[in-house]
Amino acid sequence: MATLTTATDLAPGSTPRRGPARRRSNRRGLMRWIAVHSIALAIGLMFVLPLVFVALTAFMSDRQALTADLWPRSWHPANFAEVFRTAPLLKYLGNSMMYSLLATAGMLLSSVPAAYALARMRWRGRQTVFLVVIAAMMIPPQVLSVPLYILWARLHLTGTLWPLILPYFLLDAFSIFLLRQFFLTVPQSYLDAARVDGCGDLRTLLRVLLPMTRPGIAAISLFCFMYTWNDYFGPLLYAGENPDEWTLSLALASFRGAHQVQWNLTMAATVVVMLPVILLFVLAQKSFVRGITFTGVKG
Amino acid sequence: MTAAPHTTHVAGSSFTRWIRPRPGHWIRPLAFMAPALAGLALFVVYPLLALVYYSFTRYDLLNTPVWVGLRNYVFLLWGDPLARKAAYNTVWLVVVITVLRLVFATGVAAVLVRVRNGAGLFRTLIYLPALAPPVAATLAFTFLFNPGTGPVNTVLSWFGVSGPLWFSDPAWAKPALTLLTLWASGELIIIIMAGMLDVPGELYEAASLDGAGSVRRFWHITLPAIAPVLVFGVINSIILGLQYFTQAVVAASVASGSADIAGSRRVIGYPDNSTLTFPVWLYQQGFHYYNMGYASAMSIALFVVSTVFTVFFVHRLRRASHAEEMA
Repeated sequence: MATLTTATDLAPGSTPRRGPARRRSNRRGLMRWIAVHSIALAIGLMFVLPLVFVALTAFMSDRQALTADLWPRSWHPANFAEVFRTAPLLKYLGNSMMYSLLATAGMLLSSVPAAYALARMRWRGRQTVFLVVIAAMMIPPQVLSVPLYILWARLHLTGTLWPLILPYFLLDAFSIFLLRQFFLTVPQSYLDAARVDGCGDLRTLLRVLLPMTRPGIAAISLFCFMYTWNDYFGPLLYAGENPDEWTLSLALASFRGAHQVQWNLTMAATVVVMLPVILLFVLAQKSFVRGITFTGVKG
Repeated sequence: MTAAPHTTHVAGSSFTRWIRPRPGHWIRPLAFMAPALAGLALFVVYPLLALVYYSFTRYDLLNTPVWVGLRNYVFLLWGDPLARKAAYNTVWLVVVITVLRLVFATGVAAVLVRVRNGAGLFRTLIYLPALAPPVAATLAFTFLFNPGTGPVNTVLSWFGVSGPLWFSDPAWAKPALTLLTLWASGELIIIIMAGMLDVPGELYEAASLDGAGSVRRFWHITLPAIAPVLVFGVINSIILGLQYFTQAVVAASVASGSADIAGSRRVIGYPDNSTLTFPVWLYQQGFHYYNMGYASAMSIALFVVSTVFTVFFVHRLRRASHAEEMA
């Protein structure tokens, strides 16, 4: 915590700004550079070391994983093969994929027109509906779990992932909210021009708005994918009793039970579950960052 | 990665105002909104009404619901010591997580925003943990903090400190969960950084000319300028704390050593109910004991509390959008 107080002492001008008024002596600038970057390095290590320890343990032998050693004495990549051998991970991966991909597709189908109506059409009750969407977004998922579970049980769909997937084809409040924010950034003159050219609402949406907000579409798709991929409560509620329908998160939570003292295998499984997410982030980092800043700055 | 400037003209230009209103102009919006409206009715409004009804009944999913009046609420408020314990744990997490998350995220953002070299790398490093699936992150932390061989206590022992039992000690389980949450707060850090980068540089220069030191500049310029972002962070953290579930369930099961988390041999609240949060107890009542009526009453309680914060959030948003339309 001491690092945080020094951080505020570290002089001013947060952004790279130049100009005669701000120019300092080289020596002082260098000291500041060193201070800022060493604190940042410490912070970076704090965030990344847990992942490093997890990965290192995943490569340890069964016996060494029981010791307090931090570095593997010998490397055992076979642990990963062992994880795939002991648990039907590919099946869980398939279930996770089905949940995330279908939910994301459904979200796009339902959220794009709704966000357009809320951002770019004028109609009575628009403000009220928008407030209801926000309220829906803020309800903790556990609150509605009882009546929704009863509803899906009557439809004989509990024990599957469908109660989680199907609602996305009608409503995903968070995506509608965020996409509306993106749609609002397009200047009205573009839409007016489209109208003059004879475009109706549908054509304006598909030909003008969507191409102009492609980064926003990418961001909400990533968020939806990540949310469903990481979801634990939903799959636990509806598919917890049916291992055939388990997602990776659900299966990982149970993995430890079967491998009581084998931290190396548990950590190898953890790495396997984290890896797709990390890859996705590396591939699409820009979209992520753009999306997050949007939730906060405008939210 | 500055946030895009937003010049929005929702009110529309003179052109759109000129061609409207025309008769039947609500048909098109309705067509666009139809799926969402159906979704709101089916997955929000109906369940809320049903929830109110179930909360006055005794219902086990098999037999028809029996009307019991206020009995579930009476039991929740005065009869159920574990509900009180769970409410205490959730309030603890809400308060501690909100305060520490804001201070921590602002501090880290204040440093990273000054980084000139490798800023992208640092941003990636702090954001990665936020993306990790919560189950995986919790498993990682139960390993890192395991009292016997965990790296955290190992490193502490180098400095002659004998670490606590963390997830196995009722006094340390919630602080350990808090550390896990801070580790995964990269999203908030990035939002705050974006807010700081949006502060106009002239403000700092004017303050420097007036002789304000760096601490005073941070206190009187940076903080007020990023206040809206911080308010978002507070509400976001409160909602996060109110629905704290996954990490508590996974940590309790793994640390207790009898983990079969999806199945029926689940252990909750370990150690000594210190990680029994309100949503966890709600889940246990509803889907383990099948006390659907009682779980509904608990849901109503959680809903009322979270609605208070929602109303606050909506109010703020409304004010912001009004200001925007004036501009």
